[in-house]
Amino acid sequence: MDSAAAAPHFVHPPTTTGLDNRKVAIWAFIGSECMLFASLISTYLIYKGRSVTGPFPHEACNPPQCAVALKPILNIPVTSASTFVLLMSSLFMVLALEAVENKGKAGYEGIRGSSKFWLMATAILGATFLGFQAFEFTSFVHEGLTIRTNLFGSSFFTLTGFHGAHVTVGVLWLLTLFAIDMRRGLGPKDALIVDICALYWHFVDVVWIAIFTLVYLIK
Amino acid sequence: MAYGSNTGLWSWLTTVDHKRIGTLYLFTALTFFMMGGFEAELIRAQLQHPNGRLLGAEVYNQMFTMHGTTMVFLAIMPLSAAFFNFLIPLQIGARDVAFPRLNAFSYWVYLFGGIFMNLSWFVGQAPNGGWFGYAPLTTMAYSPLLNIDFWVLGLQILGVSSLAAAFNFITTIINMRAPGMNLMRMPMFTWMSFVVQFLLVLAFPVITIALVFLQFDRFFGTNFYTIAAGADPLLWQHLFWIFGHPEVYILILPAFGLVSEVLPTFSRKPLFGYPVMVYSGMLIAFLGFGVWAHHMFAVGMGPIADTMFSLATMLIAIPTGVKIFNWIFTMWGGNINFTVSMKFAIALVGLFTIGGISGVMHASPTADLQQTDSYFIVAHFHYVLFGGSMMGIFAGIYYYFPKFSGRMLSEKIGNWHFWLSFVGMNLTFFPMHFSGLAGMPRRIYQYDANQGWDTYNAMSSYGAYLLGFATLFLVYNMLKSWHGGAVAGNDPWGAPSLEWSIPSPPPDYNFAEIPRVSSRYPLWDVKSPELTTDVPHTREGEKRIDVDAAGQHVGGGKAIGNPAGASSGASRPTHVERNHKTAEELGIPMPYPTIKPLFVALFMVTMFSGMLLIHKDKLGLALAVIITSAMLMTGFLYAWLLSPLEPEHH
Repeated sequence: MDSAAAAPHFVHPPTTTGLDNRKVAIWAFIGSECMLFASLISTYLIYKGRSVTGPFPHEACNPPQCAVALKPILNIPVTSASTFVLLMSSLFMVLALEAVENKGKAGYEGIRGSSKFWLMATAILGATFLGFQAFEFTSFVHEGLTIRTNLFGSSFFTLTGFHGAHVTVGVLWLLTLFAIDMRRGLGPKDALIVDICALYWHFVDVVWIAIFTLVYLIK
Repeated sequence: MAYGSNTGLWSWLTTVDHKRIGTLYLFTALTFFMMGGFEAELIRAQLQHPNGRLLGAEVYNQMFTMHGTTMVFLAIMPLSAAFFNFLIPLQIGARDVAFPRLNAFSYWVYLFGGIFMNLSWFVGQAPNGGWFGYAPLTTMAYSPLLNIDFWVLGLQILGVSSLAAAFNFITTIINMRAPGMNLMRMPMFTWMSFVVQFLLVLAFPVITIALVFLQFDRFFGTNFYTIAAGADPLLWQHLFWIFGHPEVYILILPAFGLVSEVLPTFSRKPLFGYPVMVYSGMLIAFLGFGVWAHHMFAVGMGPIADTMFSLATMLIAIPTGVKIFNWIFTMWGGNINFTVSMKFAIALVGLFTIGGISGVMHASPTADLQQTDSYFIVAHFHYVLFGGSMMGIFAGIYYYFPKFSGRMLSEKIGNWHFWLSFVGMNLTFFPMHFSGLAGMPRRIYQYDANQGWDTYNAMSSYGAYLLGFATLFLVYNMLKSWHGGAVAGNDPWGAPSLEWSIPSPPPDYNFAEIPRVSSRYPLWDVKSPELTTDVPHTREGEKRIDVDAAGQHVGGGKAIGNPAGASSGASRPTHVERNHKTAEELGIPMPYPTIKPLFVALFMVTMFSGMLLIHKDKLGLALAVIITSAMLMTGFLYAWLLSPLEPEHH
């Protein structure tokens, strides 16, 4: 380390686009993730209405198709609430990035400049969404829909489960940023690492909008 | 110590240098290539005579499955990756890839994934569902043992490696080009690699999901491929081939890139129609996503779908044909030097064309219904994969070995390798056209005599033995030359691109000074300007800027020579120069060596292998292995991400 520190002018040439490498890479990653969710969503749509037994998402299942009469299983009001929570978390993410970028500037003294607050708030909303999902999954299991029950169960739990796993990674990422913020404080020169997390978070949010529309709203 | 030592096992385990990682890829992939080749020899030995008795049906299934899987995922893709790693930073004038540690991670995941999949031989349950693994055949009801689990988990692991590498190379090419290296000046190999990275990024997630469904069906009892539950028996085929057809271009485009480097150098002419070569590469990749169902004509999709996929498939012949003609026009009127590398490159142009034309034949559904699942198809794709990909990779090995090692491969042994391979390959695969048209189906382990197949099969088997024998010449050549070959010097071939301006092997920082580029052929501008008069240049007073040629700093008016030392002028040096100035002396920031990516890769693979225990109904043990591995993996990942890449900048 000593000899390295003594060496002259350690400089990297500027990048070709002027963007940081990590920013380019996260966009490539998001492109890849689009194909991942596209495959999951198309499978769900292909298998829509093909289950031979209930419960079904939007239709009742009556004997003799099902042993007992089953109501449509999707609870749209509850999921609308959780969707709202996730959308709000994107807003908080924006505010967290703004707080990091403008730390120390006039007008960002109070809560507006508190990246700790906004990062934690985003993580809490993400965790709340996951709580809703856990509630939804357990109530479905109680109503007789598991991942093994029918095509709907398999494709629904896999699709939304994959999305939930992505939210979980995002929450851990936010908590990691929060921990870094607690230890040394995040300032304008850390804006990039928060920005990258934000891009991921917004992407996961956008995917949920697609899932909510295609799975829950369209009958 | 800021910098680790440069020798010894530890230095290889901890290296983050793209050149050393490229070397690791090269030797690992060649080892898997030999294994896949050995499996092919056993297949041909079994089929040499009617009613062969060497292998049983079950072992035969494992043999052809592992032959295909090994050659695609463990040999050809990583051989291409060896060149991506080694060449991309050198060709664009960068000091390393964008994420050196992620690069090391990709290699270790590949190595451990390959070992994991081959461990299946030791429990006698190697994958046996074909490299395409068609579900529902591969679901629990029909494949109850561990064979398919090894295959599914192995491919998931290898997918992580390919995706991580693809993000890395996309970023490297977009963001780390030397000044003046605009996109339309990039060497063709870098261009084709760039296209391939997009194919990887967009195609691999699809097979990931197909494999997740299969994994869930097998482990958790989901119904994705359960026909009785209403599942579509074609779901797997669609998902697999949406990945599988782009995969074909993932296998061939890097080889196209390599011969596009070799042909101009040995023809002493710029590549004919460079922009069209770029666009046709992109067009092949784009169309490649719209033709997957030509693998499925036999399933009965109906006339509309058949027609559309047939037309789209035939369209791909246009950009591909453009490439073939451009290579021919590159050679036309050139001052051709028939080195071994050049011979392999010309062989690609001819042999790939044969495979391409038979491909256009079964792009027609009516013809395909006769040919599908017959040896005609086997002949077709071996002409494109061996005659195309492997011939291109061999051309690349002979061309770039001097840059990898500092030493030349023997042309004499190389000629043996080339001619035996050329004869062996045609003797193996050409008769398969006839056995196929005579009705011999793929994947059968025995056949009765006197169906008109006996002679063709005997010829194919003798050809395969010859091909295996030929490959030994390559191995011998590489081992012999690694320490004892003639010293290469910076630019043994008189080549045009940046990688030849620096010593062989390059110092760890590649370029003592980042070059400035003013045309597609920076080194020819300096050494053979008469070759590049028709090539566009930066119009700054016709100044040829700042390329370091063979140790003499040219242009820019700076007095310092190449600080990296090495030879001067065109004369051949007498020993491989390794005592370049260090990065520290030059003040170049170099990443620290680190073992962490290796451990992240290792625990990721043990986490995946823990899932085998779920299948064996040892749920407690499985959870223990998976959770422990996941925690260790996450721990090492955090240690990696939170430790600095390189010394602080000043």
